[in-house]
Amino acid sequence: MAKQRLVVIGNGMAGCRAVEEVLARDPDRYEIAVFGAEPRVNYNRIMLSPVLAGEKRFEDIVLNDEAWYRDNGIALHAGRAVLAIDRERKTVEAEGGLAVPYDRLILATGSDPVRLPLPGAELAGVVTFRDLDDVGAMIAAADAGGRAVVIGGGLLGLEAAYGLSRRGMEVTVIHLMDVLMERQLDSAASFLLREALAERRVQTELSAQSEAILGEDGRVSALRLKDGRSIPCDLLVMAVGIRPNAALAKAADLLVNRGVVIDDQMRTSDPAVFAIGECAEHRGVAYGLVAPIFEMCRTLADVLTGDPDAAYEGSLLSTRLKVSGVDLFSAGKFAGGEGCEDVVFRDAGRGVYKRLVLEDGRLTGAVLFGDAADGAWYFDLMRRGEDVSDIRETLIFGQAVTEALSGQDPKSAVAAMADTAEICGCNGVCKGAIVEAIASRGLTNLDSVRAVTKASSSCGSCTPLVENLLALTLGDGFKADTGPKPVCKCTIHPHGLVRRRIVEEELKSIPQVLQALEWTTPDGCPSCRPALNYYLICAWPAEYRDDKQSRFVNERVHANIQKNGAYSVVPRMWGGLTTPDELRAIADVADEFAIPTVKVTGGQRIDLLGVRKEDLPAVWARLNAAGMVSGHAYGKALRTVKTCVGSEWCRFGTQDSTGLGVRIEKFMWGSWTPAKVKMGVSGCPRNCAEATCKDVGVICVDSGFEIHVGGAAGLEVRGTEVLTKVATETEAIETIAAFVQLYREQAYYLERVHKWLGRVGLEGAKATIADAEQRRALFERFRLSQRSAQIDPWAQRVAGRDHDEFNPMTRRMEFLPA
Amino acid sequence: MNAHAPPAEVIWTDIGSVTDIPRRGARCVPTPQGDIAVFRTGDGEIYALFDRCPHKNGPLSQGIVHGRTVTCPLHGWTIDLASGHPTGADAGKGCAPTAPLEVREGRIYLGSVRR
Repeated sequence: MAKQRLVVIGNGMAGCRAVEEVLARDPDRYEIAVFGAEPRVNYNRIMLSPVLAGEKRFEDIVLNDEAWYRDNGIALHAGRAVLAIDRERKTVEAEGGLAVPYDRLILATGSDPVRLPLPGAELAGVVTFRDLDDVGAMIAAADAGGRAVVIGGGLLGLEAAYGLSRRGMEVTVIHLMDVLMERQLDSAASFLLREALAERRVQTELSAQSEAILGEDGRVSALRLKDGRSIPCDLLVMAVGIRPNAALAKAADLLVNRGVVIDDQMRTSDPAVFAIGECAEHRGVAYGLVAPIFEMCRTLADVLTGDPDAAYEGSLLSTRLKVSGVDLFSAGKFAGGEGCEDVVFRDAGRGVYKRLVLEDGRLTGAVLFGDAADGAWYFDLMRRGEDVSDIRETLIFGQAVTEALSGQDPKSAVAAMADTAEICGCNGVCKGAIVEAIASRGLTNLDSVRAVTKASSSCGSCTPLVENLLALTLGDGFKADTGPKPVCKCTIHPHGLVRRRIVEEELKSIPQVLQALEWTTPDGCPSCRPALNYYLICAWPAEYRDDKQSRFVNERVHANIQKNGAYSVVPRMWGGLTTPDELRAIADVADEFAIPTVKVTGGQRIDLLGVRKEDLPAVWARLNAAGMVSGHAYGKALRTVKTCVGSEWCRFGTQDSTGLGVRIEKFMWGSWTPAKVKMGVSGCPRNCAEATCKDVGVICVDSGFEIHVGGAAGLEVRGTEVLTKVATETEAIETIAAFVQLYREQAYYLERVHKWLGRVGLEGAKATIADAEQRRALFERFRLSQRSAQIDPWAQRVAGRDHDEFNPMTRRMEFLPA
Repeated sequence: MNAHAPPAEVIWTDIGSVTDIPRRGARCVPTPQGDIAVFRTGDGEIYALFDRCPHKNGPLSQGIVHGRTVTCPLHGWTIDLASGHPTGADAGKGCAPTAPLEVREGRIYLGSVRR
């Protein structure tokens, strides 16, 4: 029987692998011809990154040399482009008048890199990252040194950037999204990856949109971004994705969508023509990774060699980044519905972040950074789709731990462990050392074990194991203890430790804190995020960038949410003073926006209640125009400084209490505090400003000013205690600011002044403030932080900042039929 | 469902791009049935719920988004974004209805059902 003719268009990884698979099944069935566009033998394209990085040579990545084609009787037409497919005559027409007939045709034409249609895209030095010629161009450019910009922070873009930096270039990656490799990573892993890349001299700019490529003498010189910045470069690499190369198929009238449409047998709309790899679209998906493409090749070979029912049903994807020293694995999805849960493990010491997503007891997604050794195991669990509920407790620790402990109850599992078994991975403490310490040192609780052995003192994930060891060794003598309460359920650490480590380790962003302190959730919760945001603002006033999404809505929109979703607006009235002009402006605003309720507050200002969210910026603009600013009535911040009229009018007044109140408020407004701070200044001990139930109060007397602290008149009612007495207004302000700064630095989030004093003791605070040097230093730190804090948030919003917050996303659906 | 009801036709409206919503944030879309809150999680997933907490109708769009949940700004109920069901201690107490949603090539489409 004459051999059937099999023609393959495409000498890439898909085309060649398909031929190999066919030969492996039935070497004599077909007479095979392969067309390749590149004038060379077939090579491993995914290894181009290591070639660029200088870690591999071209010879190392050749898959099939010329001898292989010859030995298998394959006619290779390399460098000869196919011009057309004549489906009626079943012939492929190529350059030079060559016409090759087929019985079965395989399209493996791959994909083309997407070139952004930016002005300047045609300049010399602008390349894509797709084939060996691109790599050659990039290496040549890198040899000349200088700077490179890579557009696209996906897998390919990052590998290109790393390769160029290895070759000595300074590289900046421009990425449109706010997360690198956003299809594969979550923001925590992206954060770690950015740090790892920065160590390798690759800078990353997120949420950055390219606008134009600038050139000099026909060569690229810079990339201009939409935000106006220009990044100088001598080489520009576009790595923004691929587009299936389906032009031939389209010209031959085959069904083409994004790629060449194929069924589960890899068949196109013509039963004699098949398509595989990046040019194909299977069940709506065009794949760009090698693993699914190889799966397609196996199915196709089955179909072509006698198993017409073989079916490819789509692939689960996994990714590894090929950057030396960066261990990164991602598979499956993080998107999920109800019943989805996250298991997160962080080990700050080793720079590890692992996140598993479980859905209905099955593993559906995994991101591993810093330790990806178990990637293949997780991927296998995902593909098998088995219920992993039984091993859920240990799953995150990987295959070895899970298999060692499977099927045992925790106590007997611990009892069965060898003395040399490692309990605490962070500090390398084994079972024997812990048992020995418990017995010989008479330890009875978790804290003492932590202090003596360091076990469970870092990430805390081995705490249950250590507790089991205590129970095992002490029998009934062990009681699980309760230390200081953790910040929230996302962490084992209490507030004090978190605050201390932020300062000591110079942690300057929320993702950094979550990693360093080994948070157990991917992005915190409404309890810890606002707390961390405050601690960071307090520790790094000049540098830290406020995280809006970590603030309660009132602080995010500078107004108080009311029970019906409307807001209340309170402009500042310094020391409770106002003017006819301000009152007129308030009246006008209330009229113009039909504000239903206008009320005088207990803090001597005016509250406009029932403002619609979308009206807020306009309301603020009117109030700003009349000289008024935000009263921070919504914030964990300085609220009011309530005053009496004092010596200016009152026959009993001893000092200008109103004037002092205004001075204090003008100096201290805008500062963020652990909880709200209310103040009062009374002009004599009759105390008409009720200063003795405020967080900080001043009672004026003939000889000066008594500074009172720690009052409350809310859930709890408490009178203040005297902190100190000073002679002048200036001293009063310095003392108050220093005291508030001490509170800002020491208190836990949401802890009012009196609660904080109850915890640390008034005497300690008194001693600190009495010490002139410490007082002065606290005052200076307060003054410094005010530089970045005293910006009227209303004016910023009026000027357009975050204006999206106040607008509906679209009004297009408002008038659809109900 | 009533067997005699005419087949429902879903009208899809392009309401904007995924990046119009901040990560761990939400935005509103007014509709004749009331506001729909469209959320974007830290992982970039998009969800849509009617903007009413099952507890006391608080605007969920104004809450803090964490994981796949949002915490209502009024009384701190935590709602699962995929199902609209309260979680934790408030599980089983009502539901914020989900809205038909599709995300294609970075654009978000909300569906309204015409009968």
